[in-house]
Amino acid sequence: MTAPPDDCLARNEWICGDYLSTRRHILADAVLQHLELTALSVAIALLLAVPLALLARRFHTAAGPVLALTTVLYTIPSLAMFSLLLPLYGLSASLVVAGLVLYSLTLLVRNILAGLRAVPEETRQAAKGMGYGPVRLLLTVELPLALPAAMAGLRIATVSAVSLVTIGAIVGHGGLGNLIYTGMNTYFKAQVLTASVLCVVIAVAADLLLLGAQRLLTPWQRS
Amino acid sequence: MNTLTDAWSWLTDADHWSGADGIWHRLTEHLLLTVICLAVSCLIALPVALVLGHLGKGGALAVNISNVGRAVPTFAVLVLLLLTPLGRYGEGPTVVALVLFAVPPLLTNAYVGMRGVDRSIVQAARGMGMTGRQMLWRVEAPLALPMIVNGVRIAAVQLVATATIAALAGGGGLGRIITAGFNLASTPQVVAGAVLVAVFALLVEACFEVGERLAPGLARRKAAAT
Repeated sequence: MTAPPDDCLARNEWICGDYLSTRRHILADAVLQHLELTALSVAIALLLAVPLALLARRFHTAAGPVLALTTVLYTIPSLAMFSLLLPLYGLSASLVVAGLVLYSLTLLVRNILAGLRAVPEETRQAAKGMGYGPVRLLLTVELPLALPAAMAGLRIATVSAVSLVTIGAIVGHGGLGNLIYTGMNTYFKAQVLTASVLCVVIAVAADLLLLGAQRLLTPWQRS
Repeated sequence: MNTLTDAWSWLTDADHWSGADGIWHRLTEHLLLTVICLAVSCLIALPVALVLGHLGKGGALAVNISNVGRAVPTFAVLVLLLLTPLGRYGEGPTVVALVLFAVPPLLTNAYVGMRGVDRSIVQAARGMGMTGRQMLWRVEAPLALPMIVNGVRIAAVQLVATATIAALAGGGGLGRIITAGFNLASTPQVVAGAVLVAVFALLVEACFEVGERLAPGLARRKAAAT
């Protein structure tokens, strides 16, 4: 029997280069899953949030219930949210996506609505006077002006989603959360720390990416 | 629908309410963790925010700390703390993680509230010869109170959520019912636990909502009586 190798893996150190080189593929897969879950859920939430916000603005009676419902959804802790969806989706990635969509929806609807409401009435009147129809008014005047507020919501939603994906580990679809979960059960320090740091890196990178996109989309805001 | 009736019968079974793994015990744990950590976080965050807000310094820190808090996954912090020597002390990692995640919203909201006080009112107070301390306690803090309370409310909801996730990392609280349900592959128990957590979180939110609506009226009546 050979003696166990005396490297940082055997010593269970927090920072371990060998871990990075030997588990490269596992880490890459987890990061990819993490990105997929985040991107998918934020994209679905965005597709749902725009019509909901428009609806809430168009019908004043709808605004109260829509905002109240999204607040209630946001108050429910993530672990409970995923658990409540269990009978509907089973132990699947769809469960994690559905839970994240519900959280992102809150932030997006509120911010898009706030952005739309902040469009000055004179601007709207001017566009109407220039012969803009309701659709053209919405697409070329109101939505662009609501963009900064909407993007602020999108950034918060994305960063929160990146961090909440880790809770998906409870159903085995948590991206980097899976590595943290298994690392916890086996007291594998390097794995837990590496996965945690990668989570934060993804969140910061996504935030900066969206900030860049916002600057490109709203050239009139640059001074 | 079958799962819901199963979850309901799980909830109404008296056996599940008593004992060390029972609902009452978990509920008490959850409530205690939330209340104690909320008190500790307020003691840490509010003095700092009030003083910084009064002096108008450290704004970038107070505002950005919230964004940093959002980017760091709660679960990762819980597990990291569990693997440090702190992990040997029972609920130690949970308490530290709870406080860490409750401080940012408290700090940011209190600071923004303090800075949001109308500058002309502050100048009037200064003109009346108020000292810095008097201005802080009699003018700025009362006017910033709605934002401060809003921060406490966000922190409380955050605490309830974090205490739930703590169950994933071996901590106590209502989340334990959910994780135990997953380990037993018992969907009714998972759903029942989730309902309990959701109701608890909504009750906390509702308490603040009611408090915020009633408090100004009560304060006015008290002022009128004296």
